[in-house]
Amino acid sequence: MTQADRTQDKVIVLVPTGMLGAGVRREHIRYGIAAGAQAIAADSGSTDSGPSYLARGVSKMNRESIKRDLDILMDEAFRAKIPLLIGTCGTSGTDAGVDWTRDIAMEVARDLGIAPKIACLYSEQTAADLVSKNGRGKITSLPPMGPVTDEVLESCEHIVALMGPEPYVAALQAGADIILGGRTTDTAVLAAVPLLMGAGAGPAWHAAKVAECGGQCTVNPRLGGVLMRVGKDAFEIEPLDLGNQCSPESVSAHMLYESSDPYRLTEPGGVLDVSRADYRWLDARATRVTGSRWEPMPYTMKLEGARGGDFQTMMFIGIEDPDVLAHLNEFHDTLQQVLTDRIKTTFGDEASFFDVSLRLYGWNGTSGRPVPANTPPPRDVGVMFVVTARTQDLANRMAKACNPYFFHMPLRPGIELPSYAFPFTPAEIPRGQVYQFLLNHVVHTKDGFELVRTKWTDLAETTIKVPQNAKD
Amino acid sequence: MPKISDVCRHVRSKNAGPFWVTVDLFFRDEELFRRYRDAPALGPELFERLYGTDPGLVKRLPVDTLRVIKISFPRAKPQGWMGERDMHAGQYYARLLDVDIG
Repeated sequence: MTQADRTQDKVIVLVPTGMLGAGVRREHIRYGIAAGAQAIAADSGSTDSGPSYLARGVSKMNRESIKRDLDILMDEAFRAKIPLLIGTCGTSGTDAGVDWTRDIAMEVARDLGIAPKIACLYSEQTAADLVSKNGRGKITSLPPMGPVTDEVLESCEHIVALMGPEPYVAALQAGADIILGGRTTDTAVLAAVPLLMGAGAGPAWHAAKVAECGGQCTVNPRLGGVLMRVGKDAFEIEPLDLGNQCSPESVSAHMLYESSDPYRLTEPGGVLDVSRADYRWLDARATRVTGSRWEPMPYTMKLEGARGGDFQTMMFIGIEDPDVLAHLNEFHDTLQQVLTDRIKTTFGDEASFFDVSLRLYGWNGTSGRPVPANTPPPRDVGVMFVVTARTQDLANRMAKACNPYFFHMPLRPGIELPSYAFPFTPAEIPRGQVYQFLLNHVVHTKDGFELVRTKWTDLAETTIKVPQNAKD
Repeated sequence: MPKISDVCRHVRSKNAGPFWVTVDLFFRDEELFRRYRDAPALGPELFERLYGTDPGLVKRLPVDTLRVIKISFPRAKPQGWMGERDMHAGQYYARLLDVDIG
């Protein structure tokens, strides 16, 4: 089979990484472009790392890593004259995350001397709009959550709705060189170009699901991203690294990853059903998939919302004392009691709410579960102290009150006071707020545009245009 | 009595969105997979006991082509709560390894 046969009637999308900023490789991008890539698409967000990023509207990835990847992707996409699509900018896809990424992209464009037309897609929602929709029965819950109240919607610091591919398709049709999207399903940003160019909906969504984590669907996930070739009834998936493979097993196993159902995936406007998908080797490096189906459904967008709550301060000690190590459960329980009493007797009414948690790393710190009887003592444990209180100031003061007891508590009365190993001074570390996701709901909309705003930045109109061959 | 670690070549766990955890048991071969595909020892009660989840919401999805049993369940407490120890649920699988699979 020649390259021409293989790519005939297929839409080719280069997926350089599962997460913008993770470190794309220029040789991989050039390989994909030489193989005929018609677009570059990547995701830049996730809820995986917890609610803090959404509640604060702050990126998990540092600016330098985003800038480095954008520099390579924008340079190569511009030279190849193909569009670049980025979904869920700034980790949580808030409006601030999109603007933050746009500012980096504009800086990169200046550095490269290029003037792309940039479309920014925003999907952050106001509580007021959603309260109104809730009143009209347009918000429904997903298990394990019940119906949402207006108070919960109003208590969220940020709420985003997960976009489908429609706003990306519209921006491409309007001539975007670069699309920077707010919160979007991982799959939608990758499926947009195949859907626009006439690929089958089943193969387009399935290919996007397989490629959403970049190299995760390959035999060696550390070797970079993938190329997806999407046709009417089938798609092919190939790694960007010549030393890597997409095997039928690595591709089909990816449907299991981070999804609670391996056969059916609900997306905006439909459900991807892969229960009858067939995975076969195409050649020594690529896999071909048939049988993917797309079932159109009334349009819904999932909502994510988060807020901050109480505050925590932590301390940490190391212990190598053999006597303590031989009696760790007793040590934990006594220390818990001593520190709780210390806070109650020192803070009076201010201690009406607090929580002290002690985690013994090297013993059972990761799970907190009972250790089986007859488990031999470890050689070393790290004890993490975490106090939670209504304010940071109070949590800090409670930690300070506990410090001498945490530092010196003997295993039993009547022995010389030990001193455990603090690695830092000051010992107490203000950790900030405890954050919480509050929404696991969908909003019913008339289409993929109702809750989305598009803003354009055409650098050709705002900067002196540099000839396209200036960098060649 | 074999343990899960005896009959599986790979066991993993991961958050599946903020409210769910999913566990994948990759069996060593076809025969072991068939033997334990519907094993009662892997019922909802096990996940209630080990993870404090609501047994009524535990989903069990065998994937025959991969010889995998996938089990998904809601987190007992929201991701990131004040007592959180494993934000990504990436180490949840470890407490399954010694479970007697019957």
